[in-house]
Amino acid sequence: MSGYVIQRCLQAIVVMFVMSVIVFVGVYAIGNPMEVLIPLDATQDVREFIIARFGLDRPLWEQYLVFLGNVAQGDFGRSFVYSTPVLDLILSRLPATLELTLAAVLGATLIGVPLGIWAGYKPDAVSSQTIMGLSILGFSVPTFWVGLILILTFAVSLGWLPAQGRGPTVEVFGIQWSIFSIEGLSHLLLPAVNLALFKLAMMIRLARAGTREVMLTDTIKFARAAGLSEREIVRHHVLKLIAVPIVTVFGLELGSTLAFAVVTETIFSWPGVGKLIIDSITTLDRSVMVAYLILVALLFVTINLVIDLTYAALDPRIARRGTK
Amino acid sequence: MSGARAPLARFWADFRESKVAVVALSVVVALVLLAILAPLIAPQDPYDLAGLSLLDARRPPGHVGTGGYVHWLGTDAQGRDLLSAILYGVQISIQIGLMAGGLALTVGATLGVMAAYAGGVVETLIMRIVDLQLSFPAILLALVLVALLGQGKGQLVTALVAAQYAYFARTAYGAATAERRKDYIEAATATPLSRGRVVFRHLLPNCMPPLIVVATVQIANSIALEATLSFLGLGLPVTEPSLGMLISNGFVYMKSGRYWISVYPGIALIILIVAINLVGDQIRDQFNPRLRR
Repeated sequence: MSGYVIQRCLQAIVVMFVMSVIVFVGVYAIGNPMEVLIPLDATQDVREFIIARFGLDRPLWEQYLVFLGNVAQGDFGRSFVYSTPVLDLILSRLPATLELTLAAVLGATLIGVPLGIWAGYKPDAVSSQTIMGLSILGFSVPTFWVGLILILTFAVSLGWLPAQGRGPTVEVFGIQWSIFSIEGLSHLLLPAVNLALFKLAMMIRLARAGTREVMLTDTIKFARAAGLSEREIVRHHVLKLIAVPIVTVFGLELGSTLAFAVVTETIFSWPGVGKLIIDSITTLDRSVMVAYLILVALLFVTINLVIDLTYAALDPRIARRGTK
Repeated sequence: MSGARAPLARFWADFRESKVAVVALSVVVALVLLAILAPLIAPQDPYDLAGLSLLDARRPPGHVGTGGYVHWLGTDAQGRDLLSAILYGVQISIQIGLMAGGLALTVGATLGVMAAYAGGVVETLIMRIVDLQLSFPAILLALVLVALLGQGKGQLVTALVAAQYAYFARTAYGAATAERRKDYIEAATATPLSRGRVVFRHLLPNCMPPLIVVATVQIANSIALEATLSFLGLGLPVTEPSLGMLISNGFVYMKSGRYWISVYPGIALIILIVAINLVGDQIRDQFNPRLRR
């Protein structure tokens, strides 16, 4: 087991190294930030000062090594555009993305799982067919389009909800949050619904597929033969048996939604990390792009590692096969 | 090939049982035909800038333009007939979907089957990369790649393939590991047939059913991804107005009540994607042995 843990951790570190090289070289191969940074009428002195300040005159491998050394100390460099440390910039945008993501994934799970169990429990009922039809719609319809329709309906036509930005924020634990004020919540509602719809469809399908398979197993037959009520069967047995994949997906989705929020944040001008990355792609703000991508890669590698190790702890056969 | 007809006929008989799926399939076929015939049936050539008049700009549906014909779905900010733009847009979207889906299928299936058949280091290497990539959201990967590669049709398709081949590789790998343990593969390996022949003529065809399901879904996904990227301004160049770009162009006017510029291309996009997904859903249910009772 410990051999497996070490092997997996080493693999994760190697992956992170490879990712950092790919990201760094990839990002620095596009465009020329000097064109963006230096005004056309700048004097030669100003030019050289800016180039030297951002280290753009050195060869790429040297820039990478300097970058790697700085990252090890938690320094991702400065944004070319905002001129503030990149890490501070990303961290300042993180709460906005976090609250949006949490609201969306939690909402999707709490609504989606019961609907999915129902659709799997009574697959032929009209209500189940309707739920599944809606879930296909939620799955198929691109997020940006749902966002547009939400804005058109609730912001433009009805004028009920705001569709721009976070609204006023309240400071809790030194961080600005929208979820602690009514005004902030009203700003959060549309983007959260937008981001949740895809996850909702997925949770419905996952719960339905699990329930359909569980309902055909002997466990349920015996439970029925033992005289348990249908309610008890669903609540105690079905829910328990489908819980493992749902919890796994919940964890995975939390990670991927953080990244997925790019589209929603752009449409609703939500000042989160996703909006930051789109803006930095258009303004060629390389250090922000590099830092963002590396942090996202780190997030996913960590999630994968945790899942792998959890599975290995639950099922020793995995560890034995893995070290062979 | 007479042996292949019987399962196909049975497949079609099962497929016909679902009315929804039949309707969806007809819609897909109709849209493909409309897209192919776009140059013949569209009232206007949306690429021909000389044929556009600013006098016709942003007219509501039903307006009779300077061309003397009715703009059934209205016009956009350049005075382009939206119906024509949508027909051409559907053509571009379907093209991109088929190209990206087909290439991703080829690359992914080859890698997956190779990993399953070769085993050892090749298997570990390919599948670790695939698994790592699967944990990344495809939209983010495509976004980054488009940002890195620049704009253009080739770049876009490359990004879409890179973002999606992993689904095919995973599916092919799963199917192939199950198939290769079966006797007929062992029998084929024992004959003097080359490895390549065993893999591509015996192993791969038997992995096709799940791959077809994934392919249908991924074509729809490619179309949606392309539209999303174009909407974010990172998709196709302006010279190839896909549905996503039409929607994006209309977004600014939406807030002033000129909804049609965004809404109609959007409806076309949704119909296309939902119809393909419904067909894919039916095929998936038919291939799922656990639901056959």
